[in-house]
Amino acid sequence: MELDLFIKNFAEQFDEADVSVFTAETKFKTLDDWSSMTALTVIAMIDSEYGVQIKGNDIRDSITIKDLFDKIIAQKK
Amino acid sequence: MQAFLKAIDYYLPQNVVTNADLAIEFPEWSSEKITSKVGIEERHIASENETALDMAVNAAEKLFNQGLVKKENIDFILFCTQSPDYKLPTSACIIQDKLGLPTSVGALDYNLGCSGYVYGLSLAKGLIVGGIANNVLLLTGETYSKYLLPSDKGNRTIFGDAATASVISNTGSAKIGNFSFGTDGSGANDLIIKTGASRNPEKENQTSIDENDNIISPDYLYMNGSNIFSFTLKSVPSLVNNVINKNFIKEKDIDYYVFHQANKYMLDFLKKKLKIEDHKFYEGLAKVGNTVSNTVPIALKELMSENKLQKNEKILLAGFGVGLSWAGCMIEIDELKKDSYHI
Repeated sequence: MELDLFIKNFAEQFDEADVSVFTAETKFKTLDDWSSMTALTVIAMIDSEYGVQIKGNDIRDSITIKDLFDKIIAQKK
Repeated sequence: MQAFLKAIDYYLPQNVVTNADLAIEFPEWSSEKITSKVGIEERHIASENETALDMAVNAAEKLFNQGLVKKENIDFILFCTQSPDYKLPTSACIIQDKLGLPTSVGALDYNLGCSGYVYGLSLAKGLIVGGIANNVLLLTGETYSKYLLPSDKGNRTIFGDAATASVISNTGSAKIGNFSFGTDGSGANDLIIKTGASRNPEKENQTSIDENDNIISPDYLYMNGSNIFSFTLKSVPSLVNNVINKNFIKEKDIDYYVFHQANKYMLDFLKKKLKIEDHKFYEGLAKVGNTVSNTVPIALKELMSENKLQKNEKILLAGFGVGLSWAGCMIEIDELKKDSYHI
C-alpha cells in the first residue's frame, strides 16, 4: 500500500508522462521526461511526504522506483 | 560597541542574456519554460575583459557617489570572490589602488560563494567591535559565467554576474546581530572546478556525460544539483533556527527573510518547508539570476530602495552553497533615516 502511494507521488513529478505506466519496476531514469530538474522535484516530494532528505547519490544508485522507495524506508529507520 | 550596515550598492555588467537568447541556443527549451522552472528571465554577463575585480570597483564607486561614506574614511577592504584576477597578488590590494583608498587600509580577499556575504558581515563586525577598524568596505564580485561550459544550459540559465559594495561601520542604520555558521567539506565535489589550481594545474580538455545526460568537464564548473538541493533542505531549516536562537528572539519576531537567491524552485520549497508567509520572503531572481555571493546584498539594496523596511524590523539573512558552506545572521533596522543608504 505504502509503495503504491509512493509510485503515485513519484509519477506526479512528471509533467507529461502517463501516470498509469509507472510501476515499482519502472526504470525511471530511462523515461524521456526524466531530467536533473525532475530529480529535484523527487527529492522535494520525498522531503515533504516522508520527512527524509535523500541525496542525489541515492537517486544515482537507484534503477527502479522500488530501489528508491527502499532507500527512503532504510533512512526512516 | 556595535557594528552597523551603513551603505550598500551594486553593479551589474551591461550585457544581458535573456531566456529568448538561451532558447535560440537550446531549442529544446522555450523561453517560457525557463522562466517557469527557475524564475529567471534574464541575467547580466561580464564582458570578456571585465573581471569580478573591475565590477567590484564599479560597485564601490557607485557607493561612494551616494555621498554617505568618504573614501578617506575607509580603513579596511574585504573582497569576497572565487574569480580573482590573479593567483597572486590579492585582488583587494589592487582594488585599494584602483579606488584611490588610503595606503593605510588593511585589505584581504576571501574565497567563498553563496555564503560569502554573511561571512563578510561577520568579519567586518569583528573588525569594528574589536576596535581594529572603523569603516570596512565589504565587496563581493563574481563571474561564474566565465567558468561555465558553453553547452551547460542548466547552469547558464541560473547564474548571472554581479558585484556589490557595502560599508560596515560603528554607526549606521542596520545593526548587525549574531551569527550561525556551518561547513561540510565532504560535499566539496558537489560544486567544483577541478582543474586550473594547485591540485590539478593542467586542464584535462575532456568531457563526459553525467547520469542526467548533461555534458560535464573537469575544466569547468560542475554542480551536482540534486546533492546541493538535498544539502539545502537539510541545512537551511536548522540554520534559520540557530540564527533565531542566537539572537534570543522567536520565529514570529522575524519581519523579513532574505535567503541566497539560488533559484525560484529551491526558494519556493524552502519557503513552504519553513512555513514562511509570502510577504516576509524576498524573491528577486527574475532580472539578475543567481549571482552567488551578490544575491543577499542585492536583495538588501532592493528592499531598501523600495522602502520596504521599517524601524525595528528584524531581517534574517542566510547564505548556503559551495564548500559546502552556510552562514546566517540577523540584522535589525535601527534608525532608518531618509539619507541613510542614500536611496
